[in-house]
Amino acid sequence: MQTKNFQAVLPASLVSMSALIRLIDASKRYGDAAALHPTNLSIERGKTNVVIGPSGCGKSTLLRLIIGLIEPDSGSIEFDDASVTADNVALLRRRIGYVIQEGGLFPHLTARGNVVLMAKHVGKSQEEMQSRLLELCELTRFSDNLLPRYPVELSGGQRQRVSLMRALMLSPQLLLLDEPLGALDPLVRAALQKDLKEIFARLRQTVLFVTHDLAEAIYFGDEIVLMNGGRIVQKGSIIDLREKPADPFVLEFINAQRGVALT
Amino acid sequence: MNSAHPVLVERDRRARRAGSLCKPSLPIVLFFTVLFSANAQPIIIGSKKFTESYVLGEIAKRTLTDAEIPAEHRQGMGGTIILWQALCGGQIDVYPEYTGTIAQEILKTDRALSRDEIRDSLAKFGVAMTEPLGFNNTYALVMRHSEAQQLGVRTISDLRKHPELKIGLTHEFLDRQDGWQPLRERYALPQRNVIGIDHALGYSALANGSINVKDAYSTDAKIEQNDLVVLEDDFQFFPKYEALFLFRLSMPTNAIAALRRLEGTLDEKRMIRLNAEAERTKNYTRAANLYFERGAGSGNTAGESFPQKLARWTLRHLQLAGFSLMLSVIFGIPLGIVASRGGATGQAILGFASIVQTIPSLALLALLVPLPFFGISIRTAIAALFLYGLLPIVRNTASGLQDIPRSLRESAIALGLSPITRLWEIYLPMASRSILSGIKTSAVINIGTATLAALIGAGGLGEPILSGLNLNDHVTILQGAIPAALLALLVQWFFDLLDRVLIPKGLRL
Repeated sequence: MQTKNFQAVLPASLVSMSALIRLIDASKRYGDAAALHPTNLSIERGKTNVVIGPSGCGKSTLLRLIIGLIEPDSGSIEFDDASVTADNVALLRRRIGYVIQEGGLFPHLTARGNVVLMAKHVGKSQEEMQSRLLELCELTRFSDNLLPRYPVELSGGQRQRVSLMRALMLSPQLLLLDEPLGALDPLVRAALQKDLKEIFARLRQTVLFVTHDLAEAIYFGDEIVLMNGGRIVQKGSIIDLREKPADPFVLEFINAQRGVALT
Repeated sequence: MNSAHPVLVERDRRARRAGSLCKPSLPIVLFFTVLFSANAQPIIIGSKKFTESYVLGEIAKRTLTDAEIPAEHRQGMGGTIILWQALCGGQIDVYPEYTGTIAQEILKTDRALSRDEIRDSLAKFGVAMTEPLGFNNTYALVMRHSEAQQLGVRTISDLRKHPELKIGLTHEFLDRQDGWQPLRERYALPQRNVIGIDHALGYSALANGSINVKDAYSTDAKIEQNDLVVLEDDFQFFPKYEALFLFRLSMPTNAIAALRRLEGTLDEKRMIRLNAEAERTKNYTRAANLYFERGAGSGNTAGESFPQKLARWTLRHLQLAGFSLMLSVIFGIPLGIVASRGGATGQAILGFASIVQTIPSLALLALLVPLPFFGISIRTAIAALFLYGLLPIVRNTASGLQDIPRSLRESAIALGLSPITRLWEIYLPMASRSILSGIKTSAVINIGTATLAALIGAGGLGEPILSGLNLNDHVTILQGAIPAALLALLVQWFFDLLDRVLIPKGLRL
């Protein structure tokens, strides 16, 4: 299967020049079940990469490997050309912003408390934090009046904006979003999709975005990584996926989500 | 067979000695009366050579000194004859005696004398007596408290309903003229299973159920120690050995008045307690002081008023519960954190805390008392309360932490927070409601359980409860029970307030 990996046909020098994250034969098993077969993947700088696939395809495992919540059984992961080890993983995490479906905000802290939590620990001054906070409020279209509120006092959409602010606070090199809009109602979701896309473009942010919604993948994705059964089936633009499917599953997956505007 | 029942042993030994023991001379008596009252000599108190007499002597001494009358106590001078002669001879002014002994040994009569007859006879020697102090130290039949209650045996007559009961008696009691044979005839007791057994061994036999009934002395400290009950002598078979003080008529009137305030203030249960305390501590003054401390209603208790006592009990109670709670928190939260990680260690910690909780509190105290360092002390009480307070805190800390959703734990890790920071700033605050409710439960349990601390002399609101139980005095029990209940409510309320301060606002919305 690995031979079908898209980047395998690219010149190695090109890959290493632009890749922020590289998985090199990384695999993960839980007991007898392989969550991720040995996988190679490069995430290029400045692009929005969308990982998509059915439930249990290994996309969460991929994400958790990258942020170091789990360690690979074999192979390695490189971040910014440095191998991720137990020693440097804590520092590397500070260069990655992470947003999960329910926001992952700490309920005992206010919106402000959540956003500045890590900045406080790396010793940012009050002034620095305040100006960055206002910058982020503007960027994420979050009213700074709401900063003293606790998560339970915010709507789902507002919570995701706070979570995004928290992830962006230390200007991370990589933004990881694990189905960030999955729990929102359609109108809020559409508004956030639009705002997110603008933000990514404005920041020229390297993004790894996990979703199971093909329309969302197409809307965001410079590159789409389609996964199934613990393997990457194909990586490329939606046009590539539609016109040069690497596997019958690719068409099957695309056709299953009928009614999607394939723009 | 030892000093626990000396009156009767002594009576046997001395009973057959004849002769008038001292002949009074009225002019001399009058002379000394004038001399003593003029010079304010200290009152000399004598006592016989056994625990109860020592304690009564100490009580007399303290009563006199409390009334600002100088007094000395010559402890354990000897037997009845020596004390009586010393009294007649003026070497002592007062000593504790028993009515049966006065009749049989001093006045040498087999006839039951009325109190007036005794008083008249004593006056001839220049001696008078107080009214009885309130307890009767005589032979008695005892049973285990639980068994007596179960069988409905309260009086000796009640034994007729239970012919199957095994009776173990001291050999002396079996042989005595006023012992088992006449007792059996008088009450028409049907028991045939009667054995002779040593006095001390008899208590063990009673405890393990080899026998059901034995003889004892009604104020024997073992009665309380072994949780026995004295069967009421409803036919008044046993002669009365009521304790009182004999004193010289020449004694100053203020001293006589002071002594007479002791009349009727010492019942059997109380005397048993004092004897038990004296035998345990070998400190007769301390045992005597117990009489004054617990003298509810005696009217003679110098010192503390009720509010003062209540304040002292409550303060001690709060110290016991508060200090032990602090220890429970200091150890319980870290143990809960370790337990929350599961695994064998976590299981072991929760298992240990649960087992401790299932040990009855009395048994836990009993287990700790024989250990070195602990013993009969406030340390034991605090250690027991600490162990009791552990489980709610450990369990609530562990479950509070385990209940934090995995996504939030991973968010904290993914942010790059160090493990210590995650624990202090994220996990513990998020578990704070659960942890605090564990601490609250511990505190309320501790306030309740701390009443048992009085059993091992650690004080607190259990003190009036315990003495009330011993004296069968409901008012005294309530003096401890009501404040303890109010304290528990107060602690609950205090922790409800604390919730508002300590639980982050975001978790309370």
